[in-house]
Amino acid sequence: MSIRVRYFASIRELLGRDEDVLDAASEMTVTEVWQQAAQCEAPANTLVAVNEEFSHWKQAIDDGDEVAFFPPVTGG
Amino acid sequence: MVIVSNETFQPWQVLADYERERVGLGGQYGATAVFVGTMRSLNQGHTVEAMTLEHYPGMTEKYLARVCEEAAGKWEVMDCFVRHRYGRILPDESIVLIATWSQHRKQALAACQYIIDELKIRAPFWKQEVTDRGHSWVSPE
Repeated sequence: MSIRVRYFASIRELLGRDEDVLDAASEMTVTEVWQQAAQCEAPANTLVAVNEEFSHWKQAIDDGDEVAFFPPVTGG
Repeated sequence: MVIVSNETFQPWQVLADYERERVGLGGQYGATAVFVGTMRSLNQGHTVEAMTLEHYPGMTEKYLARVCEEAAGKWEVMDCFVRHRYGRILPDESIVLIATWSQHRKQALAACQYIIDELKIRAPFWKQEVTDRGHSWVSPE
């Protein structure tokens, strides 16, 4: 299955890229997506979104999902 | 209505244009609450020369619309308007405009406060300041 992985703000800067595409043979969690795509430890306050909805690290990911990692938000 | 744009805007002109072009609410509301967020040139004792606002296109608009719907569900507001910048922003430029309309002041004020408070913790924007010490990501309040 194919998963689009996106990075924003300080996470994007940390990894030096704004996205990856993962080809996975079996079902993955958000944690496994991070481990396979980023291949480093996530900063402690990293937030997760799956298909543009806030999610959590144990969330199971399906084929075609978009997973995003970013720091706490600071708009307004 | 929710607008997320990289264009500069004059909040009071935007508000006047929106009220003029909107149809159907004339004479019905007795209260308008407005919040405008503006970029400061000083933050924690350091001069800020500029700021870049990054966002997550799609998710940003979705969450702003959801927060407005929640506000309209909690208080009897007739309309909500949010306009938010992204991209490079200079001191004194507007970052965000929020307006709510209702029959009475308490509903309009509460809804406006709810929208800005929820925007601050749920809308995926990230500020990076350019100060006299270089670039730095802004920490949440």
